[in-house]
Amino acid sequence: MITKDNYKESIKPYQGKPPLVKNCMKAFIVGGLICVFGQALTYFYMYVFDFTEKQAGNPTVTTLILISALLTGFGVYDRLGSFAGAGAAVPVTGFANSVTSAALEHKSEGILYGISTNMFKLAGSVIVFGTVSAYVVGLIRYTIQQLL
Amino acid sequence: MILQFLWAFLVGGAICVIGQLLFDVAKLTPAHVMSSFVVAGAVLDGFDIYDKLIEFAGAGATVPITSFGHNLLHGAMAQSEEHGFMGIAVGIFQLTSAGISSAILFGFIIALIFKPKG
Repeated sequence: MITKDNYKESIKPYQGKPPLVKNCMKAFIVGGLICVFGQALTYFYMYVFDFTEKQAGNPTVTTLILISALLTGFGVYDRLGSFAGAGAAVPVTGFANSVTSAALEHKSEGILYGISTNMFKLAGSVIVFGTVSAYVVGLIRYTIQQLL
Repeated sequence: MILQFLWAFLVGGAICVIGQLLFDVAKLTPAHVMSSFVVAGAVLDGFDIYDKLIEFAGAGATVPITSFGHNLLHGAMAQSEEHGFMGIAVGIFQLTSAGISSAILFGFIIALIFKPKG
Protein backbone atom coordinates (compact mmCIF):
# COMPACT_ATOMS: atom_id res chain seq x y z
CA MET A 1 0.00 0.00 0.00
CA ILE A 2 1.18 3.48 -0.75
CA THR A 3 1.23 5.76 2.26
CA LYS A 4 2.65 9.20 2.71
CA ASP A 5 5.83 7.76 4.20
CA ASN A 6 6.75 5.21 1.55
CA TYR A 7 5.48 7.26 -1.39
CA LYS A 8 8.94 8.28 -2.54
CA GLU A 9 10.14 4.67 -2.43
CA SER A 10 7.09 3.22 -4.12
CA ILE A 11 7.20 5.54 -7.15
CA LYS A 12 10.89 4.93 -7.70
CA PRO A 13 10.51 2.08 -10.23
CA TYR A 14 8.27 4.28 -12.38
CA GLN A 15 10.60 7.26 -12.45
CA GLY A 16 12.95 7.48 -15.38
CA LYS A 17 16.61 7.74 -14.56
CA PRO A 18 17.83 11.29 -15.22
CA PRO A 19 20.52 11.44 -17.93
CA LEU A 20 23.15 12.20 -15.33
CA VAL A 21 26.21 12.82 -17.50
CA LYS A 22 24.28 14.96 -19.99
CA ASN A 23 22.68 17.02 -17.20
CA CYS A 24 26.05 17.56 -15.53
CA MET A 25 27.63 18.63 -18.81
CA LYS A 26 24.86 21.16 -19.41
CA ALA A 27 25.13 22.47 -15.85
CA PHE A 28 28.91 22.70 -16.16
CA ILE A 29 28.87 24.62 -19.45
CA VAL A 30 26.02 27.03 -18.65
CA GLY A 31 27.19 27.63 -15.06
CA GLY A 32 30.75 28.09 -16.26
CA LEU A 33 29.69 30.54 -18.95
CA ILE A 34 27.68 32.62 -16.46
CA CYS A 35 30.83 32.83 -14.31
CA VAL A 36 32.91 33.81 -17.36
CA PHE A 37 30.38 36.55 -18.05
CA GLY A 38 30.70 37.65 -14.41
CA GLN A 39 34.48 37.70 -14.80
CA ALA A 40 34.13 39.88 -17.92
CA LEU A 41 31.85 42.26 -16.00
CA THR A 42 34.41 42.42 -13.15
CA TYR A 43 37.17 43.35 -15.62
CA PHE A 44 34.83 45.88 -17.25
CA TYR A 45 34.25 47.66 -13.93
CA MET A 46 37.96 47.40 -13.06
CA TYR A 47 39.30 48.88 -16.27
CA VAL A 48 36.54 51.30 -17.27
CA PHE A 49 35.63 52.64 -13.81
CA ASP A 50 39.00 52.01 -12.13
CA PHE A 51 37.51 49.87 -9.36
CA THR A 52 39.70 47.46 -7.42
CA GLU A 53 38.82 43.79 -7.75
CA LYS A 54 37.01 43.88 -4.37
CA GLN A 55 35.09 47.05 -5.26
CA ALA A 56 34.06 45.57 -8.60
CA GLY A 57 32.26 42.73 -6.78
CA ASN A 58 29.11 44.66 -5.88
CA PRO A 59 28.42 46.25 -9.29
CA THR A 60 29.11 42.88 -10.94
CA VAL A 61 26.55 41.09 -8.75
CA THR A 62 24.06 43.94 -9.20
CA THR A 63 24.42 43.83 -13.00
CA LEU A 64 24.00 40.05 -13.05
CA ILE A 65 20.87 40.37 -10.91
CA LEU A 66 19.43 43.06 -13.19
CA ILE A 67 20.03 40.95 -16.30
CA SER A 68 18.60 37.86 -14.62
CA ALA A 69 15.48 39.74 -13.45
CA LEU A 70 14.94 41.08 -16.98
CA LEU A 71 15.41 37.66 -18.56
CA THR A 72 12.96 36.23 -16.03
CA GLY A 73 10.44 38.90 -17.06
CA PHE A 74 10.81 37.89 -20.70
CA GLY A 75 10.45 34.21 -19.73
CA VAL A 76 13.94 33.41 -21.01
CA TYR A 77 15.60 32.51 -17.70
CA ASP A 78 13.04 29.85 -16.85
CA ARG A 79 13.74 28.17 -20.18
CA LEU A 80 17.46 28.37 -19.44
CA GLY A 81 16.70 26.85 -16.03
CA SER A 82 14.89 23.85 -17.48
CA PHE A 83 17.76 23.31 -19.91
CA ALA A 84 20.72 23.81 -17.59
CA GLY A 85 19.32 22.78 -14.19
CA ALA A 86 21.84 23.66 -11.50
CA GLY A 87 23.90 25.56 -14.08
CA ALA A 88 21.21 28.25 -13.96
CA ALA A 89 20.13 27.80 -10.33
CA VAL A 90 23.47 27.89 -8.49
CA PRO A 91 24.89 31.22 -9.78
CA VAL A 92 23.60 34.39 -8.11
CA THR A 93 21.41 34.90 -11.19
CA GLY A 94 19.38 31.89 -9.99
CA PHE A 95 18.74 33.70 -6.71
CA ALA A 96 17.45 36.76 -8.60
CA ASN A 97 15.37 34.48 -10.82
CA SER A 98 13.71 32.85 -7.80
CA VAL A 99 12.83 36.29 -6.36
CA THR A 100 11.47 37.66 -9.64
CA SER A 101 9.59 34.55 -10.73
CA ALA A 102 7.91 34.17 -7.33
CA ALA A 103 6.87 37.84 -7.49
CA LEU A 104 5.56 37.49 -11.07
CA GLU A 105 3.70 34.29 -10.34
CA HIS A 106 1.62 35.93 -7.61
CA LYS A 107 1.10 39.25 -9.39
CA SER A 108 -2.61 38.57 -9.86
CA GLU A 109 -3.10 38.63 -6.06
CA GLY A 110 -2.10 42.28 -5.90
CA ILE A 111 1.00 44.32 -5.20
CA LEU A 112 1.03 43.86 -1.44
CA TYR A 113 -0.40 40.38 -0.85
CA GLY A 114 0.80 39.06 -4.20
CA ILE A 115 4.16 40.48 -5.23
CA SER A 116 5.57 41.68 -1.91
CA THR A 117 4.41 38.82 0.28
CA ASN A 118 5.53 36.05 -2.06
CA MET A 119 8.77 37.55 -3.35
CA PHE A 120 10.94 35.60 -0.89
CA LYS A 121 8.94 32.41 -1.02
CA LEU A 122 11.95 30.51 -2.40
CA ALA A 123 14.82 32.91 -1.79
CA GLY A 124 13.82 33.40 1.85
CA SER A 125 15.22 30.02 2.81
CA VAL A 126 18.57 31.01 1.30
CA ILE A 127 18.70 34.19 3.38
CA VAL A 128 17.53 32.47 6.57
CA PHE A 129 20.00 29.58 6.29
CA GLY A 130 22.79 31.91 5.20
CA THR A 131 22.24 34.31 8.08
CA VAL A 132 21.89 31.63 10.75
CA SER A 133 24.94 29.68 9.58
CA ALA A 134 27.07 32.81 9.13
CA TYR A 135 26.04 33.96 12.61
CA VAL A 136 26.94 30.63 14.17
CA VAL A 137 30.27 30.36 12.33
CA GLY A 138 30.99 34.03 13.11
CA LEU A 139 30.26 33.47 16.78
CA ILE A 140 32.59 30.46 16.92
CA ARG A 141 35.36 32.34 15.14
CA TYR A 142 34.91 35.39 17.33
CA THR A 143 35.06 33.26 20.48
CA ILE A 144 38.21 31.50 19.29
CA GLN A 145 39.84 34.81 18.39
CA GLN A 146 39.05 36.17 21.86
CA LEU A 147 40.49 33.08 23.57
CA LEU A 148 43.74 33.06 21.60
CA MET B 1 43.73 37.36 -18.07
CA ILE B 2 42.77 34.50 -20.43
CA LEU B 3 43.82 32.08 -17.70
CA GLN B 4 41.58 33.89 -15.23
CA PHE B 5 38.61 33.34 -17.56
CA LEU B 6 39.51 29.67 -17.89
CA TRP B 7 39.66 29.19 -14.12
CA ALA B 8 36.39 31.09 -13.67
CA PHE B 9 34.77 28.75 -16.20
CA LEU B 10 36.20 25.56 -14.70
CA VAL B 11 35.59 26.35 -11.04
CA GLY B 12 32.18 27.97 -11.60
CA GLY B 13 31.14 25.04 -13.80
CA ALA B 14 32.38 22.52 -11.24
CA ILE B 15 30.34 24.14 -8.43
CA CYS B 16 27.26 23.92 -10.68
CA VAL B 17 27.98 20.23 -11.35
CA ILE B 18 27.97 19.59 -7.59
CA GLY B 19 24.56 21.27 -7.51
CA GLN B 20 23.35 19.15 -10.43
CA LEU B 21 24.49 15.97 -8.67
CA LEU B 22 22.54 17.04 -5.58
CA PHE B 23 19.47 17.51 -7.83
CA ASP B 24 19.75 14.22 -9.71
CA VAL B 25 21.42 11.82 -7.31
CA ALA B 26 20.40 13.10 -3.87
CA LYS B 27 16.99 14.26 -5.25
CA LEU B 28 17.16 17.59 -3.45
CA THR B 29 14.93 20.51 -4.45
CA PRO B 30 16.46 23.76 -5.76
CA ALA B 31 15.65 25.51 -2.47
CA HIS B 32 17.53 22.78 -0.55
CA VAL B 33 20.53 22.97 -2.85
CA MET B 34 20.73 26.77 -2.76
CA SER B 35 20.39 26.84 1.05
CA SER B 36 23.05 24.14 1.48
CA PHE B 37 25.42 26.03 -0.81
CA VAL B 38 25.04 29.22 1.19
CA VAL B 39 25.73 27.31 4.41
CA ALA B 40 28.73 25.63 2.73
CA GLY B 41 30.07 29.04 1.66
CA ALA B 42 29.82 30.37 5.22
CA VAL B 43 31.49 27.28 6.72
CA LEU B 44 34.30 27.27 4.12
CA ASP B 45 34.88 30.95 4.83
CA GLY B 46 35.06 30.14 8.51
CA PHE B 47 38.22 28.16 7.72
CA ASP B 48 39.48 30.89 5.33
CA ILE B 49 39.22 28.43 2.43
CA TYR B 50 36.77 30.42 0.32
CA ASP B 51 39.09 33.43 0.07
CA LYS B 52 41.76 31.24 -1.48
CA LEU B 53 39.25 29.92 -3.98
CA ILE B 54 38.28 33.48 -4.97
CA GLU B 55 41.92 34.43 -5.28
CA PHE B 56 42.53 31.97 -8.04
CA ALA B 57 39.07 31.42 -9.58
CA GLY B 58 37.80 35.02 -9.49
CA ALA B 59 34.20 35.17 -10.68
CA GLY B 60 34.13 31.36 -10.73
CA ALA B 61 33.89 31.64 -6.94
CA THR B 62 32.13 35.00 -6.52
CA VAL B 63 29.21 34.36 -8.91
CA PRO B 64 27.88 31.07 -7.43
CA ILE B 65 25.51 31.46 -4.48
CA THR B 66 28.17 30.04 -2.13
CA SER B 67 29.79 33.49 -2.17
CA PHE B 68 26.64 34.84 -0.50
CA GLY B 69 27.47 32.81 2.62
CA HIS B 70 31.09 33.89 2.37
CA ASN B 71 30.10 37.57 2.16
CA LEU B 72 27.69 37.26 5.10
CA LEU B 73 30.48 35.96 7.31
CA HIS B 74 33.05 38.44 5.98
CA GLY B 75 30.83 41.40 6.82
CA ALA B 76 30.13 39.97 10.26
CA MET B 77 33.81 39.37 11.05
CA ALA B 78 34.87 42.83 9.83
CA GLN B 79 32.37 44.56 12.14
CA SER B 80 33.15 42.28 15.08
CA GLU B 81 36.70 43.61 15.01
CA GLU B 82 35.32 47.09 15.66
CA HIS B 83 32.24 46.47 17.79
CA GLY B 84 33.05 43.15 19.41
CA PHE B 85 30.34 40.55 19.90
CA MET B 86 27.52 42.84 18.74
CA GLY B 87 29.39 43.52 15.52
CA ILE B 88 28.51 40.07 14.19
CA ALA B 89 24.86 41.06 13.91
CA VAL B 90 25.70 44.60 12.79
CA GLY B 91 27.93 43.55 9.91
CA ILE B 92 26.24 40.40 8.67
CA PHE B 93 24.40 42.12 5.80
CA GLN B 94 27.01 44.75 5.09
CA LEU B 95 28.59 43.16 2.04
CA THR B 96 25.49 41.36 0.81
CA SER B 97 23.13 44.32 1.01
CA ALA B 98 23.82 45.34 -2.61
CA GLY B 99 22.80 41.89 -3.82
CA ILE B 100 19.71 41.58 -1.64
CA SER B 101 18.41 45.09 -2.21
CA SER B 102 18.95 44.94 -5.96
CA ALA B 103 17.21 41.55 -6.12
CA ILE B 104 14.23 43.06 -4.23
CA LEU B 105 14.21 46.27 -6.28
CA PHE B 106 14.59 44.73 -9.73
CA GLY B 107 12.30 41.82 -8.86
CA PHE B 108 9.61 44.23 -7.75
CA ILE B 109 9.91 46.47 -10.82
CA ILE B 110 9.95 43.54 -13.23
CA ALA B 111 6.92 42.00 -11.51
CA LEU B 112 5.06 45.31 -11.92
CA ILE B 113 5.91 45.69 -15.61
CA PHE B 114 5.82 42.16 -17.01
CA LYS B 115 3.01 39.63 -17.24
CA PRO B 116 3.67 36.14 -15.87
CA LYS B 117 4.61 33.65 -18.58
CA GLY B 118 3.57 30.01 -18.81
